[in-house]
Amino acid sequence: MQTANETITQTISEARRQIEVCNACRYCEGFCSVFPAINRQRSFLDGDITQLANLCHNCRGCYYACQYTEPHEFALNLPKALAEVRQDSWQEHAYPSSVARAFHKSGVAIGLATALAFGLLFWLIKFVATKGGGAGFYTVLSHNMMFAIFAPAFLLPIFSLAISLRNYWQHIGGGPIHFNDIKAAFGSAAKMKNLAGGHGEGCNFEDEDRFSNSRRWYHQLVMYGFLMCFAATCTATVLHYGFGMPAPYGLFSLPKLLGLAGGVILSFGTLGMLVLKLKADFKLSDERVRGGDTGFVLLLFFVSTSGLVLYGFGNSLYLSELLAIHLGAVLSFFLLTPYSKMAHGFYRLVALIRDAQIQRIKSRP
Amino acid sequence: MKPVLQTTPNMDVVVIGGGNAALCAAITSAEAGARVLILETAPKTYRGGNSRHTRNFRCMHEGPLSVLTDTYGEEEYFQDLVKVTGGKTSETLARLAIRSSQSCLPWMQQHGVHFQPSLSGTLSLARTNAFFLGGGKALVNAYYRTAIALGVAVIYEANVTHLELDGDVVTAIDYDHNGKSSRISAKSVIVASGGFQADTEWLARAWGPAAKNFLIRGTPYNRGVVLNDLLQQGVQSVGDPTQCHAVAIDGRAPKFDGGIVTRLDCVPFSIVVNRNGDRFYDEGEDVWPKRYAIWGRLVAAQPDQIAYAVIDQKSIDLFMPSVFPPVVADTLEDLAVKLGLEPAILRQIVDQFNTACGDTGAFHPTELDGVSTTGITPAKSNWARPISDPPYYGYSLKPGVTFTYLGLKVDETARCSTDQGPIKNLWAAGETMAGSILGQGYLAGFGMTIGTVFGRIAGSEAASHANS
Ligand SMILES: Cc1cc2nc3c(=O)[nH]c(=O)nc-3n(C[C@H](O)[C@H](O)[C@H](O)COP(=O)(O)OP(=O)(O)OC[C@H]3O[C@@H](n4cnc5c(N)ncnc54)[C@H](O)[C@@H]3O)c2cc1C
Ligand code: SF4
Ligand code: SF4
Repeated sequence: MQTANETITQTISEARRQIEVCNACRYCEGFCSVFPAINRQRSFLDGDITQLANLCHNCRGCYYACQYTEPHEFALNLPKALAEVRQDSWQEHAYPSSVARAFHKSGVAIGLATALAFGLLFWLIKFVATKGGGAGFYTVLSHNMMFAIFAPAFLLPIFSLAISLRNYWQHIGGGPIHFNDIKAAFGSAAKMKNLAGGHGEGCNFEDEDRFSNSRRWYHQLVMYGFLMCFAATCTATVLHYGFGMPAPYGLFSLPKLLGLAGGVILSFGTLGMLVLKLKADFKLSDERVRGGDTGFVLLLFFVSTSGLVLYGFGNSLYLSELLAIHLGAVLSFFLLTPYSKMAHGFYRLVALIRDAQIQRIKSRP
Repeated sequence: MKPVLQTTPNMDVVVIGGGNAALCAAITSAEAGARVLILETAPKTYRGGNSRHTRNFRCMHEGPLSVLTDTYGEEEYFQDLVKVTGGKTSETLARLAIRSSQSCLPWMQQHGVHFQPSLSGTLSLARTNAFFLGGGKALVNAYYRTAIALGVAVIYEANVTHLELDGDVVTAIDYDHNGKSSRISAKSVIVASGGFQADTEWLARAWGPAAKNFLIRGTPYNRGVVLNDLLQQGVQSVGDPTQCHAVAIDGRAPKFDGGIVTRLDCVPFSIVVNRNGDRFYDEGEDVWPKRYAIWGRLVAAQPDQIAYAVIDQKSIDLFMPSVFPPVVADTLEDLAVKLGLEPAILRQIVDQFNTACGDTGAFHPTELDGVSTTGITPAKSNWARPISDPPYYGYSLKPGVTFTYLGLKVDETARCSTDQGPIKNLWAAGETMAGSILGQGYLAGFGMTIGTVFGRIAGSEAASHANS
């Protein structure tokens, strides 16, 4: 059996081979930020390849436009080659990386972890929870108990990600960061500029070379939906500690509005992404992580949808079961963030910062 | 094998070929209401002939237009053409192509083609040539989508073998598909099946046996089957039957379909020797874009049709990288061995060259810098710096054929004729008639202009004939 390191060396050298063909060709220069980054260089260190891979959004424009795809002997399939390097980089830089290797590859593992989290919450609610500490959800699981579970579940992944991103930054040879680099990166991510295909008509994701913006829109829904849910939690925390206003909140309160709207958007977005994934040709992505990727989107869908169900049926007899299911999914999601597809957003942002940084340095007189 | 008559209903317009010219013709005919069938000999993955390898087209414009800057007027465009063809062009057809090119750009955009600013390393073309986003295959893909949406039928792996010419009408089209020969008829027929450069036997008959060693830069499917069939039946031809456009490309490129990435831009910074170790031409005569086309012929005239460009460490970063890494060695002798040259001879030639180099202070990689040799023949008249800093790098060069000049003669309506006069229902577009305009030489981006302009003309003529 191959060791992880051998595989990484292989995926990197295959990507390098293809990138060198692209650098002699350059026809795809206008599709995304990967090609201008390639064309700035003449030779590529391992870190350069990893950085290029993390700039790629797997929009596939450069596959369908390529005159050198198989059966041509140059056998170009850049979206796949970069997807594999990217995957390897997330797994390798994760802390601890063995956990990432398990969850990235396997949807079943994600499912099992989530089931475990359900179990934990059922058990807590049934046997440990201190009843009567508040209103609403807190009648089932006290605020202190929630805090005890979710504070570490939130902080541990952040800690792990910070280590990963630092490793990554060192690996790609990143320098001191300038405010403008961050601004440029966030600007690009906010609009998903690179998913526009360079001409605004989007990706070649669902139907060979047909351009379509649906992946871009669904991804926007997922991202903004997620951010709204997250903001809902944050505002609730501020209200609780800052203003001494614990949950439950009314319909027209900030946490409710953000949470409800975000939940609907997120459910819709993840569902769309799942449908697109089913239509897309897997041979243009990293086939090793097909299960893990799909499992992750399902989990995210489950998080938002169970949240909405909880809201709708929270007053019913099943409150504690629903709460356990929702909170279990959230717990699993948080804990898996550094070890699943969710990590990609962080790496992408860092890659965009690095790209802006390189451009800034190169353009200095 | 005797073709069986197809029972499928007869078509209004049959287009032979599946590249740029064919697609522009098919789309135009279909938009004029004709029922159109495309017969493309290549399988779907290799559809699009040489057009799938292109990157831009040359476009006249009287002001900034899409990605094009500044202006590029008819007269300047025409003079550029006269320069490269040495006047071997039909002024009427040339001016027609040039003038129509301006309206092609928006037409192309309407039919799905996207443009991008000129690629890094091609700044010299930013004003004159509009680059396709994703290159020629993206353009071809967009046109197939558009055509199919308009109801155009496409049969891949349909190799047209014969057009039945009866007086001044084409009465039937024979093609092989799935191991079976079929015959169909159409009211109008458009030939857009390129040149014959992929038929190396033919190339060898025309050029001489050396042509067997040439590499073909584009598709293996342009074998001139239909061209030959029509010429046999007395359809009028144009262009020198013995000539082809060839450039010097990396000698390690595949026999067919190597495309753009096999190009080598190192010659101006190198010395180029043949198999015997002799230099044979001024490597620094002019900037590379102006000279690269003559090097195909120069290399073709060398023993075994091969040559070797040698540079040193000073120059390795001065030109666009190519797809194959150079052969590298720390000494010239080792490099010679790796390239299959005689070490002592290479050493001697390089020493002679180095002694002939003078002051290199004015060296400027992108301008004619006048840094030249004295006292050797051939001289190197620009960028002549000693080859003296290891490591040394070597590339082998072979002639790579882009296209052949022999084609079908057409008039302003893209119609073909015999000596007896025009053929009522036969039009030609693209490379297969480009010899009418490009008698010799080549102007970057003009092939796609000719195909687009005459494809559209042929398509509209063919449809109105079918509708009448
Ligand atoms: C590497 C390379 C780069 C180039 N770059 C440029 C560029 O940037 N700009 C530019 O203007 N020009 C460029 N050219 C030239 C350009 O490719 C041609 O001028 C142009 O593509 C010709 O278009 P066409 O439609 O006439 O022929 P093609 O695109 O070659 O199409 C011919 C079609 O006919 C089909 N065919 C052949 N025989 C038969 C048969 N018997 N039956 C059925 N079908 C048949 C072929 O499969 C093919 O689909 C380049 C050429 C090469 C090789
Ligand atoms: S993907 Fe293909 S067409 Fe695009 S730049 Fe690379 S080699 Fe060229
Ligand atoms: S798949 Fe899309 S984002 Fe990735 S390199 Fe190709 S064009 Fe760029």
